[in-house]
Amino acid sequence: MATALPLDLARPRRTGAAGILLLLALAYGLVPLLGTGYLFEAILTPFLALALAGLGLNLLTGYAGLLSLGSAAFMAVGAYAAFNLSLRLPGLPLPATILLAGLVAAAVGAVAGLPALRLRGFYLAVSTLAVQFFVAWALNRIGWLSNDSPSGIVAAPRLEVAGLSFDDARGRYLFSLTVVAVLTFLAWRLVRSPTGRNLVAIRDHETAARIVGVKVARTKLLAFALSSFIVGIAGVLWAFAYLRTVEPAGFNLDRSFQILFIVIIGGLGTLRGAFLGAGFIVVLPLVLSRLGAAALGDGFDSGTLEMVQRIVLGALIVAVLIREPAGLAALLDRALNHALRRVRPRS
Amino acid sequence: MSGLPHRAAPFGRPAPSRPLVPDAAAPRRRARASQDRILTVEGLSLGFGGAVAFAGIDLAVAAGEIHAIIGPNGAGKSSLINAISGLYAPQAGRVRIGEASFARVPAGRLAALGVARTFQNLALFKSLNVVENILSGLAGARRAGLAAHVLGLPAARREAAEHRTRAEAVIDLLQLGAFRARAAGSLPYGLQKRVELARALVAKPRLLLLDEPMAGMSAAEKAEMSGFILAARETFGTAIVLIEHDIGVVMRLSDTITVLDHGRRIATGTPTEIQANPAVIAAYLGADDEEDETEGEVKAA
Repeated sequence: MATALPLDLARPRRTGAAGILLLLALAYGLVPLLGTGYLFEAILTPFLALALAGLGLNLLTGYAGLLSLGSAAFMAVGAYAAFNLSLRLPGLPLPATILLAGLVAAAVGAVAGLPALRLRGFYLAVSTLAVQFFVAWALNRIGWLSNDSPSGIVAAPRLEVAGLSFDDARGRYLFSLTVVAVLTFLAWRLVRSPTGRNLVAIRDHETAARIVGVKVARTKLLAFALSSFIVGIAGVLWAFAYLRTVEPAGFNLDRSFQILFIVIIGGLGTLRGAFLGAGFIVVLPLVLSRLGAAALGDGFDSGTLEMVQRIVLGALIVAVLIREPAGLAALLDRALNHALRRVRPRS
Repeated sequence: MSGLPHRAAPFGRPAPSRPLVPDAAAPRRRARASQDRILTVEGLSLGFGGAVAFAGIDLAVAAGEIHAIIGPNGAGKSSLINAISGLYAPQAGRVRIGEASFARVPAGRLAALGVARTFQNLALFKSLNVVENILSGLAGARRAGLAAHVLGLPAARREAAEHRTRAEAVIDLLQLGAFRARAAGSLPYGLQKRVELARALVAKPRLLLLDEPMAGMSAAEKAEMSGFILAARETFGTAIVLIEHDIGVVMRLSDTITVLDHGRRIATGTPTEIQANPAVIAAYLGADDEEDETEGEVKAA
């Protein structure tokens, strides 16, 4: 797991930059032109929210090596914070609401990270599990958080920035895309900064990190705060742009595990891994249901799909952990390097 | 001690190739040492449960001095280094680094105190590449904040450029240029040892603690590493505390040698003095040859 390279200096930087620009051009140019409502609503918007959550968790688990099972709790904190901010401060522009919601999630994350100063690995994971259950309990018990809605389910506010409405399917996709692109850029800057190096240093050898002057306790709490900031904003996107309601059930333990699987399958300690893993998790059920329907016809109902999906996912995670601990990101890199080697000598 | 007749090297190795320091130089060296002493260890004792790692250790290291700590396995050498660098909490005694005096050295402040170290078993950040490992040696020297670095503000960019220059200087000094972008964990053992030295040196420490920097190396690699250690002292004026088993290497590199045996300091002196010291000879003969163990103990007593 620790063999993932955060900065791959071996790969020419220009190729990477060109690839990202191409992806952005496709995402902003071609996809909105050609995409259907179904593509935006059922695939791309949840993909972006989950990828962002995976990105946030990867900072904590992949880079700093601190295992968390509380991602959905931080998503919930972000979503409910944004809901309350827009409800109680009606004049607040949406970007400010999202930023503040992220900061609330970061604060909760830093507190949740306190056990990390003493606990590691399995024990730390259990303490983050406590956060997961505590947040779910608080959202059910404290009515004020959901504006005293009896079910705890509340409608998300409309997506509007400076008079521009992003309320249709395409708009919500573009809104999510922009938030994800900005945060991914900042995360990229972060992992390349000395702080990013410190995160990996703590993961690889905590004692040596302390000796060279890394402030270990502060850096661990910072990792929790930064990770929760991003995961919290992913929660805002999940609720506001994808579900369009804010409800505790959307942020249960299953979601936490889903995000952890995204990071493991995609590749621990890489930014692109979160996107690859999220893409995989979103597309897998669709592929399975098509395959199942083709093979079994009407016998393949949603219950069977759910079950098959869990089995396939579980098997894949075991396979990834054994065969390719660095995840889809490493597979992609190898394929790209292979392709580049074929192209380069001739050019 | 200097009154003892000079004996042939008892360690089964050729005499030191370096010209021996005449005794007349010794007082001068000591005078300098008392003026700018970088490390003073006074009566330091450490035990684990009932087992004594070392007891009542005194040690003085002057600026720019290479001070070797030798002794048989289990003599307490690594434990002493770990106590000096704050990884172990000694039960008695004090450690003075520069002007600051500690009952327990705070490991997290070591870099700020101008102390760097390497580990007996490699302690690299194995998924970071060589440059990043070396840059991480400057973690304690960082001033620009996270936001400045993420946003690429001028202060952060200046700092990054300055750190990069310092890392490149160490890369040149230790001839690591060809491995810059390699993940540290993928390098052969000898190179990893060298990267760890580079990570320790980049902060230009006043005091460098090297715990067996040449363990498991071939003769050629040891000669190379010895050259790097001398070059490091030359370039940065760093005082070095060195644990090493190869007595030939120790004799060539050291200004002063302290000998530990069973957690006690049995001798301190110049290489010449140590070679002639009967207690040292006894300890080594006793430890090297099990059949002579009782005889060695008798001699030491």
